[in-house]
Amino acid sequence: MRSVPSRSSLLMAPALVWLTALMVVPCALVLALAFFRRGIYGGIDYTFTLENFGLVFDPLYAGIFLKSARIAGTATLIAAVIGYAAAYAISAAPRRWQPVFLFFAVLPFWSNYLIRTYAWIVLLNREGLITQLLRWLGYTGEPPSMLYTEGAVIAGLVYNYLPFVILACYAPLSRLNPELAEASRDLGASAATTFRRVILPLTVPGIAAGAVFVFVLSIGNFVTPALLGGGRFQMIGNLVYDQFLTANDWPFGAALAMALIAIMLLVLMAQALAADRASGPAMQAGGGADG
Amino acid sequence: MSEPRTLLAIDHVSKNFGRVTAVDGISLDIRENEFFALLGPSGCGKTTLLRMLAGFETPSDGRILLDGKDIARTLPNKRPVNLMFQSYALFPHMSVRANVSYGLEMERLPANEIRSRVDAILGTTELVPFADRRPEQLSGGQKQRVALARALVKRPRLLLLDEPLGALDKKLRGAMQLELKRLQHEVGITFVIVTHDQEESLVMADRMAVLKDGKLLQCDTPHTVYEHPADRFVADFIGVMNFIPGKASADGVVAVNGARIAGKVPATLTPGASAVASVRPERIRLFPSIETANRTIGTVEALAYHGLDLQLHIRTPLSPKPFLVRVTADAADRRPVSSGDQVELGWDAADVRIFAE
Repeated sequence: MRSVPSRSSLLMAPALVWLTALMVVPCALVLALAFFRRGIYGGIDYTFTLENFGLVFDPLYAGIFLKSARIAGTATLIAAVIGYAAAYAISAAPRRWQPVFLFFAVLPFWSNYLIRTYAWIVLLNREGLITQLLRWLGYTGEPPSMLYTEGAVIAGLVYNYLPFVILACYAPLSRLNPELAEASRDLGASAATTFRRVILPLTVPGIAAGAVFVFVLSIGNFVTPALLGGGRFQMIGNLVYDQFLTANDWPFGAALAMALIAIMLLVLMAQALAADRASGPAMQAGGGADG
Repeated sequence: MSEPRTLLAIDHVSKNFGRVTAVDGISLDIRENEFFALLGPSGCGKTTLLRMLAGFETPSDGRILLDGKDIARTLPNKRPVNLMFQSYALFPHMSVRANVSYGLEMERLPANEIRSRVDAILGTTELVPFADRRPEQLSGGQKQRVALARALVKRPRLLLLDEPLGALDKKLRGAMQLELKRLQHEVGITFVIVTHDQEESLVMADRMAVLKDGKLLQCDTPHTVYEHPADRFVADFIGVMNFIPGKASADGVVAVNGARIAGKVPATLTPGASAVASVRPERIRLFPSIETANRTIGTVEALAYHGLDLQLHIRTPLSPKPFLVRVTADAADRRPVSSGDQVELGWDAADVRIFAE
């Protein structure tokens, strides 16, 4: 028999109600939707079927899943490298300057996502700022086609989610006792070995957290591919959007959305598992020469 | 015994940070196999000096000679010197064994040699049962031993220890002082320890240097530093000292109340100059004989029982602060005193040290 709920669980109640009403219930509805047929004139025909999920594995759609994963993965990799380097530089700066640099790193968040993405169109346009800069530098050939390419989509995703990586990496880097790096140097390690064997392993949870964020937000994104990838460029997000708003096939859209959620959950679980392992048993001595 | 060889020569070393001078023209010789202490209050420059020996700071001026070779600009990973950090700086993601192996792996030694040397040092520091634990699973004293083992396993020419016992509780600290000294003897490595704890350096060091405001005040054996402090600051910083302010005379100091304190006046002090006579608490006797050169009467204000001895605070006309006098438990038993008693106290002229004020 449970006693009266404690004070701390009462504090949790508003968040729990909020999440249940606005997250669990809609998700359950979407999940239910995925098991019905599309009506002949749009709408929903309430007869049970599994064919929506079968269709997800159709090479056409599976290909879009793979392409989305590849784009999100590339964006994640680039954002992780750039973001970690930026966070490292900020954490190495004098203490009083660090908040200023962090402020500049998150400054883009203060403007609207759409406006920021439109700014990239202005940059990457055939007659955009980059082309003009190239002309000014003496380039006379055809303007490069940068907009409406996969590269443009990746650039947009990296740009939009980079602050998450910087913040996620800055936290463990700034908490790292600088004497650990000094101890490594003192014991005979070069700067590069110190980074590889001490600094990187101790800050990898930050990179992982930031990277998962970028990947999950990128793979389901539909605004950036729609604006920077052009009309024909499709990621899963666009596909789901089209099923609901253009093709009027809600059940198939729901099945696609569920597949997307399943991928995100798998990624998050993998990260949680890795984080758990990292704080588990001690790393064994390498033995033998290093490198 | 032959004259000990100089291992490390610090030659007119200075270090400026912007306009702040942390170390100001220090010269010191540290001998082979010596246990050497750098002592001073916080901000005296001892840690900066230590970091220059380890290679984390570069001197603004001067040379640091190890075996006659200037290492002032050698990178920390290229000098045969190891530092035991005050925070221990153990790698939290590695086991005790991996922490201790790390430095030998950097030397690219064969795996079996690493294993046997690590095993040996884990044995010496009594860490074998903890070899597979992570630093977070160790007590303060165990962490301290891991830090020591990690530095010692490299067999450095010189081991630097930054406040090695600072994080330990008082009882453990006492035990570790003797333990460190035993280990130093056993491994035959020169130790340089930085501490702000004067008692620690008296107990452990073969020789010690007292620093203040980046300058070297005195460098000698603990006995000499304690019995013959170079100046008033050293006298006050090391141990407990009773000070009697006054004016220098030909054969002592004339206290403010006119009493003459007999003692040897340093040649640098001209008669009439402001001076201070001083005497250690354990050199003062209660109920002195009539021949004792320096005598006064005081009132016992407080008693503190320390087991081994009894410490008395005695108000005298000689100084504004009460005298601290240490009476052995044995003497206190024979002639008990209590708070409020009038007592006579005295000390020999040979136990008086006189400094410029």
